Amino acid sequence: MEPTVLTQSLVNGLLIGGIYALISVGLTLIFGVMRIINFAHGDLMMLAMYGTYWMFTLYGIDPYLSLIVTVPILFVIGSLIQKFLVNQVLEGADASQLFLTLGVMLVAQNVALLFWKADYRAIRTDYSVYAIRLGEVFVSVPRLTSFVVAIILTCLLYVFLARTRTGRAMRATAQDREVSSLMGVNVRQTYILAFGIGTACVGAAGTLLSTFYYISPTVGTAFTLMAFLAVVLGGMGSFTGAFFGGLVVGLAESIGAVYFATQYKELVTFSLFILVLLVRPSGLLGKSRM
Amino acid sequence: MATTALTRLLNPEAYVPSILLLLLAALPLVTSNSYVLHFLILILFYALLSAAWNILAGFTGQFSLGHAAFFGIGAYTSTLLFIYYGMSPWLGMLIGSVFSVACSLIIGSLCFRLRGPFFSMITIAFAEALRLLALNWGGLTGGAVGLLVPLMGDSAVNFQFLGRQPYYYVLMGILLASLLVTYAVRNSQTGLYFMAIREDENAAQSLGVNIFRYKLLALAISVFFTAVAGTFYAQYILFLHPDSVMSLNFSIEIALPAIIGGMGTIWGPIVGSVILTPVSELIRSILGGSYAGVYLIIHGSILILAVIYFPSGVTNRLTKHYGAFLGTLPGGRERERARN
Repeated sequence: MEPTVLTQSLVNGLLIGGIYALISVGLTLIFGVMRIINFAHGDLMMLAMYGTYWMFTLYGIDPYLSLIVTVPILFVIGSLIQKFLVNQVLEGADASQLFLTLGVMLVAQNVALLFWKADYRAIRTDYSVYAIRLGEVFVSVPRLTSFVVAIILTCLLYVFLARTRTGRAMRATAQDREVSSLMGVNVRQTYILAFGIGTACVGAAGTLLSTFYYISPTVGTAFTLMAFLAVVLGGMGSFTGAFFGGLVVGLAESIGAVYFATQYKELVTFSLFILVLLVRPSGLLGKSRM
Repeated sequence: MATTALTRLLNPEAYVPSILLLLLAALPLVTSNSYVLHFLILILFYALLSAAWNILAGFTGQFSLGHAAFFGIGAYTSTLLFIYYGMSPWLGMLIGSVFSVACSLIIGSLCFRLRGPFFSMITIAFAEALRLLALNWGGLTGGAVGLLVPLMGDSAVNFQFLGRQPYYYVLMGILLASLLVTYAVRNSQTGLYFMAIREDENAAQSLGVNIFRYKLLALAISVFFTAVAGTFYAQYILFLHPDSVMSLNFSIEIALPAIIGGMGTIWGPIVGSVILTPVSELIRSILGGSYAGVYLIIHGSILILAVIYFPSGVTNRLTKHYGAFLGTLPGGRERERARN
């Protein structure tokens, strides 16, 4: 194997890994606080991708600028899902929450299919093909920009969770629902906020991804599984674990693509997924929490 | 003996389902309208799939979201044996089911190391991996082009009929068999173990139930009927494509009637299918094929509403009214009195 090819794929893997990290951090936040695995996570991202696509295609709004719109909208969608759906079944069986997010997934995917058809779409900006040359390696400008923005957003979220009063309330709820409620935390309110922020993360990731990735109504499922894999790798509910899990999955996928034909790329991801779940269900870093 | 059988039949608990069954069996005699029959076949088809899924999910609480893969394995096995070796799909159905069960035991023995949503996730991953394999293994499965089942005309030996009535009766037979198995399982010691696992795995294990073995058993029974349904589908639709028979959406559709009708009940999957299938068929006939996904929006919404408002399924609510209705029928009062 040519060293350049490997270096190139490492760079690409790291860059997409940054976005995977943001998606995974959103999923782990929702899981950590509410113990819910959101099966609709990737499909909510798909909605953000379409939002960015249409703003660009119809009004010429730059994809990165559209973050100002997609992130708040996804936050609201996530909050509403928690407030009107998930909060209704908190006392029910665990399965009911799983089925609920499955229902959201079905609705989101097929609403997209109804309005925007099954066609694969892509955003073509002026800078889509720009690349910076570093020695033998080319760094795509949209990939690099998206990576940097994703890392900045992840850091902001980390600071929010670590330093602010609301962030601390959220971590307290993740640790112990009853005790934090006794300490004056409004648990239901915190849940709404957590689901909203988790969804906003994946919304931002969708917008960042859409500058160089194809868009289709069913694009989300693979990302839900990918994020779940990253979250498992990092230890369920761990923020930094999910972050590094996302980077690792990005790198692994990219290196896998060097050795396997492109049509097997997803197969490699799923095999990795199965392997990790079976070998290390408690994650590479062990059992840590937020 | 004869008298006990007769007295049992005088009980509305026995004669109401019997009358319904006879009506269902007589329906094709009343109408030969092929659309009506197709509609009924679809209701029975989803009821069968969901009843099979229910054996694993409803009784042991293991929510597989990868059953489409086992359906696909059954469908592809019988079809490939038919195409390459001219083997009758009736025999292929049996071989396909056994093969699918064997696959499920290997996959299941890995998946059952995980619990709850982790289990559901890994079943999705396995099913998606198998779908991608089928899609990329074009030389065998036809890949993305799909696989056409060769037409044999009206040939009962080859499980192909020109009319819809034979399909209807075959499917009714399979559904009945699956319901009888469900009923037998529920009323057996094994069924109690299944439900113990569903209620509390750790407690069941500490009481000496080999939870791993019983989960595999439930999976095997469930997959057997799922794969049988796969061959039925292949012979009825005569076309297979990995994205339609092995997709995640299909796995969810298999689960939906049981979730909405009531998991862990015998009639739940059927009630669920009677509620859900007309929705998809009406929308398909009103809006046409280009809006194929609309019914899934409605199915998803029904799922959300059912989880919130009927957390234990629609059937549990209906059972009460059904019991009251039975009490008003001839023979019903005696039953009440006998109970008191």
